[in-house]
Amino acid sequence: MTRKQRRATLIGASLAILALAVGLVLFALEDSIVFFYSPSEISERGVEPGTRMRLGGLVVEGSIVRGEGTEIRFDVTDFAATIPVTYVGILPDLFREGQGVVAEGMLSPDGGFSADTVLAKHDENYMPAEVADALKRSGNWQGDGEAPHSETYGQGAYP
Amino acid sequence: MIAELGHFALVLALVVALIQAGAPLVGGLFNPSLMRLAVPAARLQLGLLSLSFLALTYAFAVSDFSLSLVVANSHSAKPLLYKITGAWGNHEGSMLLWTLILAFFGGAVAFFGQNLPDSLRARVLGVQGLIGVSFILFLLLTSNPFLRLDPAPFDGNGLNPILQDPALAFHPPFLYGGYVGFSIAFSFAVAALLEGKVDAAWARWVRPWTLAAWCSLTLGIAMGSWWAYYELGWGGWWFWDPVENASLMPWLLGTALLHSAIVVEKRGALKRWTLLLSIFTFGLSLIGTFLVRSGVLTSVHAFAVDPERGIAILGILTFFVAGALLLYALRAPNLKVEGIFAPVSRETALIVNNLLLTAATVTVFVGTLYPLALDALNGAKISVGAPFYNLTFVPIIVPLLLLVPLGPLLGWKRADALGASQRLFAAGLAALIVGTSVAVWRAGGPWGAPLGIALGVWLLVGGFADMAYRIRLFRGASLMEALRKAHFLPRSIWGMTIAHAGIGIMVIGIVGISSWRVERIEAIGPGDVLQIEDYTLTFLNVGSYNGPNFTAERGEVRVEKNGREIGIMRPEKRFYKVSSMPTTEAAIYTTGIEDIYIVLGDATGTGTWTFRAYVNPFAPWIWIGAVIMVAGGIVSLSDRRYRVGAPVRAKAVEETAEGIGA
Repeated sequence: MTRKQRRATLIGASLAILALAVGLVLFALEDSIVFFYSPSEISERGVEPGTRMRLGGLVVEGSIVRGEGTEIRFDVTDFAATIPVTYVGILPDLFREGQGVVAEGMLSPDGGFSADTVLAKHDENYMPAEVADALKRSGNWQGDGEAPHSETYGQGAYP
Repeated sequence: MIAELGHFALVLALVVALIQAGAPLVGGLFNPSLMRLAVPAARLQLGLLSLSFLALTYAFAVSDFSLSLVVANSHSAKPLLYKITGAWGNHEGSMLLWTLILAFFGGAVAFFGQNLPDSLRARVLGVQGLIGVSFILFLLLTSNPFLRLDPAPFDGNGLNPILQDPALAFHPPFLYGGYVGFSIAFSFAVAALLEGKVDAAWARWVRPWTLAAWCSLTLGIAMGSWWAYYELGWGGWWFWDPVENASLMPWLLGTALLHSAIVVEKRGALKRWTLLLSIFTFGLSLIGTFLVRSGVLTSVHAFAVDPERGIAILGILTFFVAGALLLYALRAPNLKVEGIFAPVSRETALIVNNLLLTAATVTVFVGTLYPLALDALNGAKISVGAPFYNLTFVPIIVPLLLLVPLGPLLGWKRADALGASQRLFAAGLAALIVGTSVAVWRAGGPWGAPLGIALGVWLLVGGFADMAYRIRLFRGASLMEALRKAHFLPRSIWGMTIAHAGIGIMVIGIVGISSWRVERIEAIGPGDVLQIEDYTLTFLNVGSYNGPNFTAERGEVRVEKNGREIGIMRPEKRFYKVSSMPTTEAAIYTTGIEDIYIVLGDATGTGTWTFRAYVNPFAPWIWIGAVIMVAGGIVSLSDRRYRVGAPVRAKAVEETAEGIGA
């Protein structure tokens, strides 16, 4: 091979790998991302039951009910709409009534939400940004100014 | 008084950094003797920033509540260790640490870089000084840690309890050691562009610094992941959280840089690419700092809370990356191209390594920043998690791992692919046997798991194929002779072999926990039994006790395997009074092969408690593998070629080692 051909091969191989990466990314963005909705957005946008999504809002005071064994039920609201959530497992440490929460799972046909993951930030004052935003949109933001954020190295919204 | 001293030292450091940057980069144009100022300036810079950081640490250690930073992040009831580590458990302090480590690397070049050409060393220190100027200015203008509070309150607000943990306390220094350590590669790249010369000697100087930074970053990421595993209470070890990705991106590109610098050193090829990698690796470190420090990640709107901080770091990032790229565009075409090689050669193997690592970095980059971009564009909120990365990152990284054992067996310039593959026969056979056995043993598991374990074995055994060949093991040489040869192999060969084997161990750990984890959640009362795999967990009771700054509920669980008692595990729930925050302390029992992981949940009100138990097969291997990788890096660093301060003496030895050395 001449030098030129070698270079062409190298550039060709690089482009092929790059194209592969871009293709994979586009393909994955198509169906592996999860959208976030507040309770009122669910009806507005007509989210189908069975679609994987994140639900965010405030836990309604006095709504936590412990069912059989490890099942837990609570309501999530943005004050415009409220959705009952069922979850099996251990709630995160900072899960509290009246506090912001993000639940991941899917809508069930009866209009409830069955969560397999419940996220609350590892900071008592934290309000997930999406929740703060949803509350602002529905006109129920209680805080002054912007949502507080913490200095936990951002060790994000883990359950 | 001590705090004022620290503040004053910080301001002085700014002045010294200005001299360190100005004298070699600007002054040198008019009067070359000014360039000599860079070395003493870098040493003084290190001294002043150490003083400043010590002053802040002292303020935290003695709980000086007249400093508003101490009030916001400390409390007198905290254990001393966490008072001290609290100094960097907040934005201002951690940025001061960042700047200190920057000065530390600059100081290291000033102290140990006697073997560098004077002008190169001065320019490297100049660029390092320029980065220092920007970050000290950032500290003084937007995040001054030494601001006073008057009147001083009696006590502080405390440190977030989940940060009060030994692994997390030392996670930031190691992480920053990596982030900031890549600044040296960046400074070397910019200095080389200014000098207009990149040669084997340049690569030989850059490699140990990059390797040291890489080791530190690897350890930092591993510590963070280990912390997440035991502290967050749900037994996961990597969440593809944007903050984790922020540290993974420079790691991936830094790994590529380590490998491409070898080609520059040995063959003089890939010069421009290596310069670009140096620039982008540090760029990604700055992006990581920006993402974590500005708050755009946890919340797009927190950006508005600290607009000046986020924008300042973004400005610094743009200045350095854009400036370096401009310089690259102007100067790189003049670099002499050398090193012709055939399509099958070690050079090509390392290029493929670089391409795949870069592609992997791109997928992580897109996954991390796409949600931000989408939110900015149309306000849609999405999250990108494990499914995305399983579809993008994994298919790119698996071929790379498959090629890892092959690369070192290929010769420079032109290689015999068939011969190299034959030497991997043993590794292939081992992978096949183990893979098949696993497929039979865990017949019900995911289909990918046996393949993943086989990949791990391939890496582990294949890593040693190169070494076995070099020492002529099983090829006529007696065992004693082979061992003697092994003893005289360059340390860099040992380092590479160990690091590559470490990846194999880590892969087995990752595949094990991802494929075969068993989870059980049940509400049980005292005396009840939870059966998970071969383990019988008997819940004995729940008691309470008082820690230094928390109260805790502690469960006792007896663990039996096949009827034989192996221990008592004590999962806890703690409540930190000062910050009124509960935390979960999981109990972990490890056999070395698998972990039993128990979390105590809430009382259900009917005399039972919720328990969550996991069996995590091979989980400890993830961090064992990471530590082995770091060990490999350290062994490689101790190679006499890189030994700091002994370059001349080693020269003669080096020439002879060259024949075998990689």
